[in-house]
Amino acid sequence: MNVLFAIIQTLLFIALAPLLAGWVKWCKCHLQNRRAPSLLQPYRDLIKLTHKQPVVSKDASWLFIIAPYIIFSTTALAVSVVPLLAVDLPTASSADVIVLVGFLAFARFFLVLAGLDVGTAFGGMGSSREMTISAMAEPAMLMAVFTLTMTASTTNLSFAIDHVLQEGLVLRPSFIFSLSALMLVAVAETGRIPVDNPATHLELTMIHEAMILEYSGRHLALIEWASQLKLMLYGVLIANIFFPWGIAETFSLSVLGYGLLAIMGKLALLVVVLAISETLLAKMRLFRVQEFLSFAYLLGLLGMLSHIILEAAH
Amino acid sequence: MILFLAYAAVLLSFLSGILALLMRQHCSVIKWVHYCCTKRPDWQQRLNNWLEQSVYPQRIQQLSFICLGMAGVFAMIAGVGGLMSEQAMTAQLPLGLPWLPWHVRFDSLSGLFFLIIGIAIFAVSCYGPGYVKGNNEQEHPFAVLGLFSGLFIAGMLLVLLADDAFFFMISWELMSVASYFLVAFQHENSANRHAAFIYLIMAEGGAIAIILAFGVLASFSDGGAFTFDALRNASLSDTWASVAFVLALVGFGMKAGLVPLHVWLPEAHPVAPSHISALMSGVMLKVAVYGLIRFSFDLLGDIQWQWGVALMIIGAISALGGILYAMMQPNLKRLLAYSSVENIGIIFMVLGLSMIFVAKGHPTLAALGFVAALFHAFNHALFKNLLFLGAGIIQHQVHSLNIDDMGGLIKRMPHTSKLFLIACMSISSLPLFNGFVSEWLAFQAALQVGVLDDAVLRSLVPVMAAALALTAALAAACFVKLFGMMFLGLPRTRHAAKAEETQDKGMLFSLSLLAGLCFLFGIFPGLMINLLDNVALQLLGHSLPNATAAGWLWLTPVSAEKASYSAPIVLFLAAIAGGISYRYLRRDPAMALRESETWDCGFGGLTPRMQYTSSAFTMPFRRIFSKVWIIDETITKQPGTMPLQVTDIHYELHVSDHSWPKLYQPIEKSVNRIARLVSRMQTGNIRVYLSYSFFTLIFLLWVIS
Repeated sequence: MNVLFAIIQTLLFIALAPLLAGWVKWCKCHLQNRRAPSLLQPYRDLIKLTHKQPVVSKDASWLFIIAPYIIFSTTALAVSVVPLLAVDLPTASSADVIVLVGFLAFARFFLVLAGLDVGTAFGGMGSSREMTISAMAEPAMLMAVFTLTMTASTTNLSFAIDHVLQEGLVLRPSFIFSLSALMLVAVAETGRIPVDNPATHLELTMIHEAMILEYSGRHLALIEWASQLKLMLYGVLIANIFFPWGIAETFSLSVLGYGLLAIMGKLALLVVVLAISETLLAKMRLFRVQEFLSFAYLLGLLGMLSHIILEAAH
Repeated sequence: MILFLAYAAVLLSFLSGILALLMRQHCSVIKWVHYCCTKRPDWQQRLNNWLEQSVYPQRIQQLSFICLGMAGVFAMIAGVGGLMSEQAMTAQLPLGLPWLPWHVRFDSLSGLFFLIIGIAIFAVSCYGPGYVKGNNEQEHPFAVLGLFSGLFIAGMLLVLLADDAFFFMISWELMSVASYFLVAFQHENSANRHAAFIYLIMAEGGAIAIILAFGVLASFSDGGAFTFDALRNASLSDTWASVAFVLALVGFGMKAGLVPLHVWLPEAHPVAPSHISALMSGVMLKVAVYGLIRFSFDLLGDIQWQWGVALMIIGAISALGGILYAMMQPNLKRLLAYSSVENIGIIFMVLGLSMIFVAKGHPTLAALGFVAALFHAFNHALFKNLLFLGAGIIQHQVHSLNIDDMGGLIKRMPHTSKLFLIACMSISSLPLFNGFVSEWLAFQAALQVGVLDDAVLRSLVPVMAAALALTAALAAACFVKLFGMMFLGLPRTRHAAKAEETQDKGMLFSLSLLAGLCFLFGIFPGLMINLLDNVALQLLGHSLPNATAAGWLWLTPVSAEKASYSAPIVLFLAAIAGGISYRYLRRDPAMALRESETWDCGFGGLTPRMQYTSSAFTMPFRRIFSKVWIIDETITKQPGTMPLQVTDIHYELHVSDHSWPKLYQPIEKSVNRIARLVSRMQTGNIRVYLSYSFFTLIFLLWVIS
């Protein structure tokens, strides 16, 4: 029963991710006085792409062709261990939050290699930048997550969220720090403004888009879907770790439905925040990103230290 | 029984060295064969044919490597036996000093390192024949290479068996000196001689520190005895124990390559033949780790938390420094050598954490850290051997070690590239591979820091965990760059475009074996962790609380509620997810792909020169962490040409290590200065020398009276 539920939840997660991306676009368009595409536009794009025959460079190797499948499936795996509707998730016991970060690193490893595979300047440029950003973002993310795991004294996401739920509403300085750190990391890792601009195709500024420039058709669909999944994953992490209220603790239908509504509401609000910040801010220069991320790292570290000094005193 | 297997491994590696010496003794071997088989002419004939002049060198090489391979197998069996046995085996050999015969002891800690060495030399013995085939026998005689390889391996194995300080130091020196000759093997290059000399100086400096450390310990032991049993019972004051620990740390750290004592490592490892650099980087550094563990956890006993803090900080500096330096190296083997510095740093960091837990009275957590450190040592031996052996194949095929001379090798060398990819994924600690498991265990140990009472320690450990996370992320960047530049993209040189897959089955087999082990222990880490648990039990007196509490599929180092990881399930799920997406999207093979030109923005004419180079790839890192290196960047433009003519701009980049100008050059200068002062005494005048002896005599008489 639990296993079945885990599968359904993962599928639901995968199915809802494009909707979230559509909602981001919708909010941004309205904030910028543009006419918004339909909320379902990302689904239409994905369907269109899956029906197209991919064009692959003759210089590409097998790694280029297999990379989209690896990227998509590892991102899907990462998604499967994040509690979306209910806390008690059987998959969470086979992969904890450190493994989750590992999955994302796995996907990134292949994405970057795929960028280097064809041997164009764009691919190399995107790969180099992506690795730079992720090398700085990954420790910051782990710092933020470690604060949570030390509070709950477990690295299992299900148990950790359950712990936060049981504690009730407590104002913890460490959580405020790590929440802000995780939000900054999420912005960087999902390639949003001010770190990267998902809408740009200007040679000098693109990061994520530069790596996947050679992809088309099904391959592109998988990579796009994976990055939508990643956006939603960070959203759910932030929403469910720091504001877990509403998530189902039992498996009755009404509670689960309520959980679904709760998470959709939380995500919708988060996206509004994201859209406002994307509208207000401009993209940074690449070499300002390190300051942005070391700030995130510092916040994570402060969160950890304030947990150790203020909250965990014996 | 196990002890005999261990002896057999040592003897076989000696034998392989001695066999190599027969390389040029064809006539005497034939004579000897005649002498031995006078009664059996048919045997004589057969042996004669087998050892015919034309194939004789090959036969000897084969025999020598077969001996090495058998030594490896015996060492592996002995190692596993040692890991599984509850008790240590001891013996005395009728060798050595008259009042101090060689004491031998084989416990599970020695067993683990026997296993590491066994796997490595087995892989090397499969790889070696293919590797030395192309050598010019006149320039680089196999006799020298084989002899010193045999001695080097025997030395390493004997270090692990030693149970008294004399025997330990003799084996240690055998290992150091034999490896000096291996580093100097291609001595026609002055750079190689220089590297070997630096290595020798630092190895001997380290050995002196180790001898002093033993000396401090022995002076407190019962009657100044040098057996490890006596040293274990020595009761030291805290200060003297710390002195001994610092000396041991310097001595073993010199060999292990801790920053700033690492400078010999990137010089010496690249110039040795590839299978020897694999042994040096993958295994010899581990022997140094063994030495420190044996010295501090076993001999010194009462561990102080300050030592743990020192190890952790030095380890963190080594890890970060190592990987940042590695990233900037254009030379493949230098890059790998620096990455060994990083991994040794990680091992020491986790050992330090374990020491803190021991000193603060949390033995089960200490066992967790200890197991994580040992597992990382084991894993690093596997993937670093794989990388170095792969580097050897690539050097043979591309005739260069500069990664900017490669590119596109994934198509030319399909097998090597796949195996190398596995090594890169393991060392970047990606899930499903072994490197990830040891790092995961290290994080789990660090996250239990809440149990400590000391607030400073409680905040220091998470900072170290953050350093570990940063190291892992940088390592991923470094090895993505390495794989991308070497194997992907378009070939950057003619040699790379013409490279071919190696035809030697043995070389590919040894690589596949190591890659298979990397994957096996990534999926079933429990196999190894159960064995390592035994080491923790013997040395610390405690094992992991319940490593497999939730069943054999799961790894639960602390308890099932706190953390669990199940690689088999993850692999299963990954296979399902990948399989579904692949099947669904490639239903129609006719529609699968269309090949076309690479997108060139409509300008046409993409050339390999337009690709990112390794220095371009790491440029953002160079800028962000600019204080870490000494960066010497020069851009020269030819005067009088068009301003943007790319061909007229010359760019040169030199990235070097801070430790040379900051630490070693001042030492070198002061040694020279002192030497000059001393040389003033030596006037060359016999009367002055006579007066020196006269005054010395008077001084001694005065002392005696």
